Amino acid sequence: MVAVKRMVLDVLKPHLPSAIDFSRAIAEVGDGYRVCLTVLEMDENTQTLSLEIEANSIDFAAIESAITAMGGSLHSIDQVEVRNISGMDSMS
Amino acid sequence: MSLFRQARLLIGLGGSNDIVRRYFVVNGFDGALTMLGMIIGFEVSAPGDLTVIINACLAAAIALGISGLSSAYVSEVAERKRALQKLEEAMIADLGQTAHGDAARWVPLWVALVNGLSPFFISMLILLPLLLAKAGLVLPLAPLHTAAIAALLLVFLLGVHLGRIAGISWLRSGMQTLLVAIVTAALIYLVTG
Repeated sequence: MVAVKRMVLDVLKPHLPSAIDFSRAIAEVGDGYRVCLTVLEMDENTQTLSLEIEANSIDFAAIESAITAMGGSLHSIDQVEVRNISGMDSMS
Repeated sequence: MSLFRQARLLIGLGGSNDIVRRYFVVNGFDGALTMLGMIIGFEVSAPGDLTVIINACLAAAIALGISGLSSAYVSEVAERKRALQKLEEAMIADLGQTAHGDAARWVPLWVALVNGLSPFFISMLILLPLLLAKAGLVLPLAPLHTAAIAALLLVFLLGVHLGRIAGISWLRSGMQTLLVAIVTAALIYLVTG
């Protein structure tokens, strides 16, 4: 099974919800999610973020839906780390 | 997300905490002073039937509540729509189905409820001695006097609340609002007495 372990997303969001609430809502997508948010740019109404997400298996659709639900907009997927878990199991 | 956190998020998005707090005090003050004015008005006139006094005050309390509810709702809906449109222009996206859209729909209702219920409940607290007296309870003071004291106490408590928000002396703030109520009462006595 191939699982997405880590992603870095470029996101545009309004000032509210705050970075803390925004990260928290994304981390709530699943157990074991780790979210690291960096504000890259800020203007009068919006913030451009770099969002680094790590999990055992990232549910991208749920992440995108959480971003959209909070008024954010996903601009691009800047980095992806994928692992073939079944291959690793057979090796061990 | 739990319902409580969802509600907190929407209220936070709407930036309504400050507005709600302000409306609560401003309209609560309106309610308290209106009731105080009516009670003193009845006091300086020949105090009549308690039912008439209660009905008149109750009518004023309902009118204050509906006025607060409707005026806040209409103005908040307009403000929230404008803010949402501005944000949609900045995001170049339709935010109607997002938390911001939900906040634009629900926050006006929350603000309107506080704006309407605050004068109504404060008025009802002031009317409580009159209602108790009408129900047959014997009060240590005359019902109108007890209601006037309740009004002064509530005005003082609103001042205390304001003082705590501003981080200044609660006693000083309470005494300031109490002074306003006393001046109001004095003016009513002067004009009608």
